[in-house]
Amino acid sequence: MTILDSKTEAWRSGAGASAFAMTSLRFLVTVVTTYLGLLAVTFFIGRVVPIDPALAIVGDRAPAHVVERVREELGLNLPLYQQFFIYVRQALTGDFGTSVLTTNPVMTDIRRVFPATIELATVGTLIGALLGVPLGVLAAVKRGSIADQIVRIIGLIGYSVPIFWLGLLALVFFYAKLKWVAYPGRIDIVYEYSFTPVTGFYLLDAAMQRQWDVLWDLFRHIILPGSLLGYFSLAYISRMTRSFMLNELSQEYIVAARAKGLSETRIIWFHALRNAAVPLITVIALSYAGLLEGSVLTETIFSWPGLGLYITNSLQNADMNAVLGGTMIIGAVFIGINLLSDVLYHILDPRTRSR
Amino acid sequence: MSEIEMKSTTPTLREWLLSDKPESRRQARLGRLYIIWRRFSENRLAVAGLAILIGLVFVAAFADVLAPHSPVQGDLRYSRLLPPGTAGYLLGTDDQGRDILSRLLYGSRLTLLVVFLVAIIAAPVGLIVGTVSGYAGGWVDAILMRLTDIFLAFPKLVLALALVAALGPGIENAILAIAVTSWPPYARIARAETMTFRNSDYIAAVKLMGASPFRIVLFHIMPLCISSLIVRVTLDMAGIILTAAGLGFLGLGAQPPLPEWGAMIASGRRFILDQWWVAAMPGFAILIVSLGFNLLGDGLRDALDPKEAGQ
Repeated sequence: MTILDSKTEAWRSGAGASAFAMTSLRFLVTVVTTYLGLLAVTFFIGRVVPIDPALAIVGDRAPAHVVERVREELGLNLPLYQQFFIYVRQALTGDFGTSVLTTNPVMTDIRRVFPATIELATVGTLIGALLGVPLGVLAAVKRGSIADQIVRIIGLIGYSVPIFWLGLLALVFFYAKLKWVAYPGRIDIVYEYSFTPVTGFYLLDAAMQRQWDVLWDLFRHIILPGSLLGYFSLAYISRMTRSFMLNELSQEYIVAARAKGLSETRIIWFHALRNAAVPLITVIALSYAGLLEGSVLTETIFSWPGLGLYITNSLQNADMNAVLGGTMIIGAVFIGINLLSDVLYHILDPRTRSR
Repeated sequence: MSEIEMKSTTPTLREWLLSDKPESRRQARLGRLYIIWRRFSENRLAVAGLAILIGLVFVAAFADVLAPHSPVQGDLRYSRLLPPGTAGYLLGTDDQGRDILSRLLYGSRLTLLVVFLVAIIAAPVGLIVGTVSGYAGGWVDAILMRLTDIFLAFPKLVLALALVAALGPGIENAILAIAVTSWPPYARIARAETMTFRNSDYIAAVKLMGASPFRIVLFHIMPLCISSLIVRVTLDMAGIILTAAGLGFLGLGAQPPLPEWGAMIASGRRFILDQWWVAAMPGFAILIVSLGFNLLGDGLRDALDPKEAGQ
């Protein structure tokens, strides 16, 4: 029996199972502490940072007994750890309080606006990945060439430009001057009442209902903010692709493949890219999470009725429940994608599993 | 004849710097700096980045002299929304008749302030957390790193947004919020560096001489973490500027009439279709400065760590 065999044997038997259990347990601890951390931070922001949250709600001219009653209703007279306990319980049941601005429960509002943000971030990531990966591969293969320099400059500008400013300029150019795209918003007012969304993902709904004119209108609305987010994701993805590909192309198996006489296209796109694909998936997942966050400023510019616009509107109206609820949801999804990409990495790359 | 003799006896400055056998600690240090500088200055883009930032500091220092007009007081009567190139107003004026160029020049001070304060708050916090965590090990390490990972997993902009919303808008609170969200990567880097030094002979030697853990971390580990930390902070600067500008754009950063670049874009937004320059000019300023930081950071990384160069 070789060493390798005994190792696989151990993997299959008890030792492996307990190692797997340990990994799972560690992962579970990570998930729980990270989410508890998120709750602790939003709790801290909402309850501890303002000098008196009750005053923040009723205003400083309210009579003393009103302030006292609100304090009691909010549970502010309880010790801090009890308040936090109640806060966690409420958050777990999706109770983030009521929005002052819309008078709806914050969770209801978020459910209504979140699909718009997901849709935008998905379109952005698709654009970023479909363009960013080939550009990164090109830059790595033609290292030091003009093409490499151009990709690098595109990326550098993406890292350095304020997204809201680029969005404003794009609106002036593509909407006001060229009239290629529709005005800010998600759907034309003509269709707003004739079109009944089912899932909340309008593009999907319109396609399923075969309303092609609506789909075209939706496309004209999403293309500009989607491309803008796509550009930022492209900057990140192309840079990482280049670095992964350079790493792969310097490996010995590439030399072996060349020696076998495989075509350069085959070596690059099948052999090297396949090995770079595992970290790339993580990068794409991370950029997706980043776009969810980046949507806050983009949505403000393009009047995109998503979670970002909801948060900024609430900010302007000092609606802290809504701001914190939105922050919590974006935070939770962001953390979730982070953790998932970690798991995905382990599943897809067998080399990380044995340890 | 005498010239040849001169050369053979006293080395040129360059030879002195590159000497294999430095005679003093100062010579060795200067020599190392010279090598780094040579590597850095080969990279033309990096030098351009450095030039941009030197320009920024210069402009901020001499804003009073350079600015042709007042940054906060405009001529409401005769010079509202003038296009760029109008006599006396190189970049045009905004809706309150204020010279945009002057506002940009003064605004560079705010940008530098944000960047500087965030760096001197976040970097030391990260450095302390990272070195203590790495040197102490055990449960201290476990707890501190768990905390770092939690903060690392948060979306930075949204968290900063909520924090400023609770603290109240203002440039001080924006700086604080950005600093709170920026320290975790520094802690990670400092810890990784500390782990590589922790078991080295020279630390064992200092320990034998009776140095306290406090002394070891402060005088023998922290200085060694500085260079990689500087690179990371420089690379983060662009992100910090963009976050600050984003907060300013949402009205959460510097308040009017302060000429903060992000807030200037926000106030120009209303006229974007007809008077595009009001919003466009501050954006160019932000773009140029953060590009400068990115170029400088890339150049520093390549110069200090040739392994990573070009990757």
